[in-house]
Amino acid sequence: MSVKLNTRQVGDVTVIDAAGRITLGEGASSFRDLIRDLAAKGDKRLLLNLAEVSYIDSSGIGELVSGFTTVTNHGGSLKLVGLSKRVKDLLQITKLYTVFEAFDDEADAIRSFA
Amino acid sequence: MPDPVSEETLKEQRLLDSTLQSVDRAEEIAVAAAEELGFDEEDRHQIGMAVRECMVNAVVHGNRYSAHKKVHLTIRSASNHLAIVIGDEGAGFDLNSLPDPLAQENLLRQSGRGILLIRAFMDEFDLHPRAGGGTEVRLVKHKNRQ
Repeated sequence: MSVKLNTRQVGDVTVIDAAGRITLGEGASSFRDLIRDLAAKGDKRLLLNLAEVSYIDSSGIGELVSGFTTVTNHGGSLKLVGLSKRVKDLLQITKLYTVFEAFDDEADAIRSFA
Repeated sequence: MPDPVSEETLKEQRLLDSTLQSVDRAEEIAVAAAEELGFDEEDRHQIGMAVRECMVNAVVHGNRYSAHKKVHLTIRSASNHLAIVIGDEGAGFDLNSLPDPLAQENLLRQSGRGILLIRAFMDEFDLHPRAGGGTEVRLVKHKNRQ
């Protein structure tokens, strides 16, 4: 199963709900294309909800990083919410917890953009 | 001291195409072998991830998706460990040429974290030239680790 992506607005924050696997191939490229399109459209506050992401490989992590860079270069911010223990472990192993702001609660994450 | 390799029984030996479908297939085969050996869910997940990362390296970087090159997958088991060997038919690879993905200046690189993850998830990792050309990686996960 590839990744399913859905966007919704909470105030001026665009929340991206991801579900499934973000791995090399269709999953990772779908994510990359969506972030690129949102950033180009001018969305500056992006919150990626990974609560339903069952699996992410190093390519998927690479796309998260690439998305972060794209959004940052457009003057915006990309944050994370709903990380499972496995995804948290991956961010620890790769030291990306020093790059991404991550939250357990969506309301807290939304408030942090203010 | 007993040689762990000589205690191993061959479980699977496959010649796989250099495709992303083969990455998925190899992951499934490895996880099934791990389940048969009695690894718990978290260990099976880690084994699956390590095999996936290794297969991606073989397919994408080693064989460059060539229809003329295969990935050699071998799985062996012993009472206390699972050994997975993945070989490509590429040009060979120098591990020392990889930039450190944990260095501050490399944290925002899009790629280069595969081997880091493999080493984090497996107990043994050995990369060497493959007899006949290319690169071969041997991964081992121990059961009942202290």
